[in-house]
Amino acid sequence: MKYPLLIGVIVVCLFSVGSAVAKAKGEITILQKDRSFVQDGSQVSSLVVKTGVVLRFENADPFAHNVFSLSPLKKFDLGSYPKGQAKTVVFNKVGTAEIECAIHPQMFLEVTVE
Amino acid sequence: MKPIKLTLILGSVVGLAAAGYGGYTVFSEQMLSELQKQYAQPTLEIPAKNQTTPQRVQLGKTLFFDPRLSGSNWISCATCHNPAMGWSDGLPTAIGNNQQLLERATPTITNVAYNKLHMWDGRFRSLEKQALGPIEAPEEMNQNVDELVKELSSLADYVKMFEAAYPGEGISKDTIAKALANFQRTIVASNSPFDEWIKGKEGAISIAAKNGFKLFNGKANCNKCHMGHNFADNGFHNIGLKNSGDDQGRFSIRPVEISKGAFKTPTLRDITKTAPYMHNGIYATLEEVIDHYDRGGDIKSNLSPNIEPLNLSKIEKQELLEFLKSLVGDSEFVAVPELPTQLISGKESS
Repeated sequence: MKYPLLIGVIVVCLFSVGSAVAKAKGEITILQKDRSFVQDGSQVSSLVVKTGVVLRFENADPFAHNVFSLSPLKKFDLGSYPKGQAKTVVFNKVGTAEIECAIHPQMFLEVTVE
Repeated sequence: MKPIKLTLILGSVVGLAAAGYGGYTVFSEQMLSELQKQYAQPTLEIPAKNQTTPQRVQLGKTLFFDPRLSGSNWISCATCHNPAMGWSDGLPTAIGNNQQLLERATPTITNVAYNKLHMWDGRFRSLEKQALGPIEAPEEMNQNVDELVKELSSLADYVKMFEAAYPGEGISKDTIAKALANFQRTIVASNSPFDEWIKGKEGAISIAAKNGFKLFNGKANCNKCHMGHNFADNGFHNIGLKNSGDDQGRFSIRPVEISKGAFKTPTLRDITKTAPYMHNGIYATLEEVIDHYDRGGDIKSNLSPNIEPLNLSKIEKQELLEFLKSLVGDSEFVAVPELPTQLISGKESS
């Protein structure tokens, strides 16, 4: 009986630590919804974040989305993925990046990293 | 209303039909009310510096039909965007300067004002920026725009028309582009049976078309790209077409892997007027288009995840076709403008 309890405590501790770390670095979820970037229920076209932030892009539309940036600050291409899936990108340098969806170019987000 | 909600509502209606409502889709008043919102005609976004006026539209129309806008003085915008052919040319791919066969089809300019980006690869962000593109392109109209400004400035009626449309701005690249954009914003599809139906005229479209609409939003996946009033998502997709050659489409503008072979989603408004279909004009009929999507495309390399085999029955294909036909609106009579000929010097232009 001791072991399951111990394992449970360890798991809870690990989970808590993981959350704390994520919070300290900053994880921000951006929904891809109605062909827009949405944060906390509102469309977002610009975002100011701290270095080390993790941006998590979650597809909430019933069709595929993509996320990419060709900005020198952070060049990346997260490919395309369907509803319910999410992909993350970390920003470790100060500067500005323009993020788009290659499928729906009206989805545009300027990220300023301080 | 979001597509997912529509799917849910339609799904519940299918249940009703199966329960003995005649074997076809029933659309309640509430559903039609939701559809009216989803397909409502959006307000046009018109730049503050180029608001619509009758003088600007008339000038743009005159320029649009004037072959002197090309280097050869033989090709006008209307040569390829012919109002008698759904503002396109009826050709698989366009024919440009010196009769050269171009790589891409002439897109219709019907409802072009609702597009966020222009051209098959979306290279231009506004109609004002797009207007000079084909005029200056060597393979299309092959016109030196500085020369064009001189040509137009020598014609008395154009001098008057530009002054009436853009007082004090003169004849310039900028005012030529603005006038053409202004005119193009007036080319809007109207009064389709589909629109009549969602407004409540039950018999405006056939039962087959209603079933086709259900398929369009369900089994056939069409609404993943063809959405909203203009039946287009302003997006770019590789739909697996054969015979695309080396044309990489959107990738040439945004070099991201998924953009390879991706082209802009065209409107489906007035669709029967604009055959052949696809960016390379590969299909002569809508039946061929439906078969293409039913197969899940042909070339699987970099294929959009929205494209997959549909397993449509023969009847379902016919119903989809009937629905597409319901998107064809009234044909507007287009009076061809008389072109200025009187030179400022008093002589007639040759």
